[in-house]
Amino acid sequence: MTTILDPTDERVPVARQLSPRPAQLAGSVALLDIAKPRGNVLLDRLSERLGQLAPNITINRYTKPTFTKPAPIDLRQQIAAENQLVVEALAD
Amino acid sequence: MPNAKAFSIGDVTFDPAGDALVVFVKEDCPTCNDVMPLLAHWLRCELSIPLLVIGQTSDGNAALQARYDLEQPLLDDSSLAISFAWDIETVPTLVRTGSQARVLEGFVRDEWQALAADAGLPDYDYSTLPAWRPGCGSLSVDPQHYDRLRAEADGSPIRARKVDIGASDDEMEFLFDAGFTDGLPVVPPTPERVLRMLDGIDRDPQDIVACVPPNLADVTLEKIAINAVMAGCKPEYLPVVVAAVEAVCTDDFNIHGVMATTMGAAPVLVVNGPIRQRIGMNMGMGALGQGNRANATIGRAVRLVVRNIGGAVPGGTERSTLGSPLKFTMCFAEWEERSPWEPLHVERGFEPDDSVVTVFGMSSGPTYMVDQDSRSASQLAGSFGLCLKTAFHPRAHSATDTLIVVCPEHVDTLIRDGYSKADIRARIKEVSDARLGDLVEDDLSGVGLKRDKAAAIPEEKLDRIVPKFAEPEHIALVVAGSDAGKFSGAFHGWVRGPMGTIPVSKKINA
Repeated sequence: MTTILDPTDERVPVARQLSPRPAQLAGSVALLDIAKPRGNVLLDRLSERLGQLAPNITINRYTKPTFTKPAPIDLRQQIAAENQLVVEALAD
Repeated sequence: MPNAKAFSIGDVTFDPAGDALVVFVKEDCPTCNDVMPLLAHWLRCELSIPLLVIGQTSDGNAALQARYDLEQPLLDDSSLAISFAWDIETVPTLVRTGSQARVLEGFVRDEWQALAADAGLPDYDYSTLPAWRPGCGSLSVDPQHYDRLRAEADGSPIRARKVDIGASDDEMEFLFDAGFTDGLPVVPPTPERVLRMLDGIDRDPQDIVACVPPNLADVTLEKIAINAVMAGCKPEYLPVVVAAVEAVCTDDFNIHGVMATTMGAAPVLVVNGPIRQRIGMNMGMGALGQGNRANATIGRAVRLVVRNIGGAVPGGTERSTLGSPLKFTMCFAEWEERSPWEPLHVERGFEPDDSVVTVFGMSSGPTYMVDQDSRSASQLAGSFGLCLKTAFHPRAHSATDTLIVVCPEHVDTLIRDGYSKADIRARIKEVSDARLGDLVEDDLSGVGLKRDKAAAIPEEKLDRIVPKFAEPEHIALVVAGSDAGKFSGAFHGWVRGPMGTIPVSKKINA
């Protein structure tokens, strides 16, 4: 038998689970623009439709400094602290 | 010097604080066979202190028992764990423990006789024994076993999770199936190999070197060493790999963006300074190609770290449209001695004697700049400028950067006219500059300033000159390649700047 050393960061080797989906649309919803061209166009339209569909929700808009890098930790924490849901506009 | 430690073998438990004699022997050692009749005599007698005779191989112990007619088998240290823990270097070694501790390595008749008398052992005809014999090396220091023993010992620096590959599994196939490779076979990172790799750098293996995106996982020296083993590195390459991992994991270099972009960028590593010769890097013929172990494996090790620790896996966060062979490995050394100019690392603020690795985030290359005809520096640098107009797209200006690898024959043409690096950059700029008005989309290509926007710009503003490369330092120049051939090469960059990538240099601590 050969023994080798794990070359990875040793995260638990299970598939990451999706967060449970909420039963209703309520509270605050984050719309995150990753700063790709025209992401704001998509989010503007989404914001409009969400406002019609669920007038009681609060919509908060956020933008990453650049799509090429992970969101700064402050921004991630802010989104998590201020919202129950997040919608991300991925690309152009 | 041997150092007695507690141990248990079968039902024998040994406490080093007690008064005892412990002898280490090996069956194929002539000196051990010389002293075995004496040890056999002692083992047959009633002794006033315990005597433990430890043999280093199972088969050898059985052979010694039969050869010297022993009633009891020797104590079995075929795992060599006790010999290693005691730092036994020579067999036979006779150790007296307790208040009158003493160590005798090899065989010196007078010393053994005196120690036996001190310990109150029965008489023996010592004249039947040789006066002096040096003994043999202990199996525990044999290179075949030593690294395994280091890895398994209590003080081992290894902390990584151990993965057992079943005896019926093909280890190479296992490594593919586990997703640890770049598509080519890797060297199985056994604890012995990783320990040998860690010998290449004088630092605590648990030191954290960097935080690797996209997993944002801390990477220790040990984890880098594991991936360096897999890539095929020698231990002396490890300091270069470590410096390169530090460099790519900076915010400036932005390895996350470099790996994730659909455009398909990759790190290109240039090594400068005395370490080039020390580890045998190729900076001459075929420096950017295959065939040199250091060039090939250092770049590969960095990529494996980014893949295995950072989690940048094609189809996951790595989403290049076409991919690139650069993504396997791209590392070479600058031929500083063949260059009339300051080498790259000195231009970037380091001392000539520093060993430095510089990382560039490049999307393609080397794209050959074929010029066998120019006989003046201005013509040749002009050719560079013409060739570089195509980086990204002929109408893409001030968008990217370039790393030019000037071949020696081209160096000779350039220095004949006294061209400095600044002169080359200026000539490239002169040739590749464009009027804004000439960068408008048309029926030939949709790339460029949009027609409606161009129409809204006053004519005099359309005469504004837009450089191909926004700043002179966006044209990096190094020398490499063989003395024959007028073929320089250029790597074309990715998005240059804080939004994309900026080259980073790190000193190599070796």
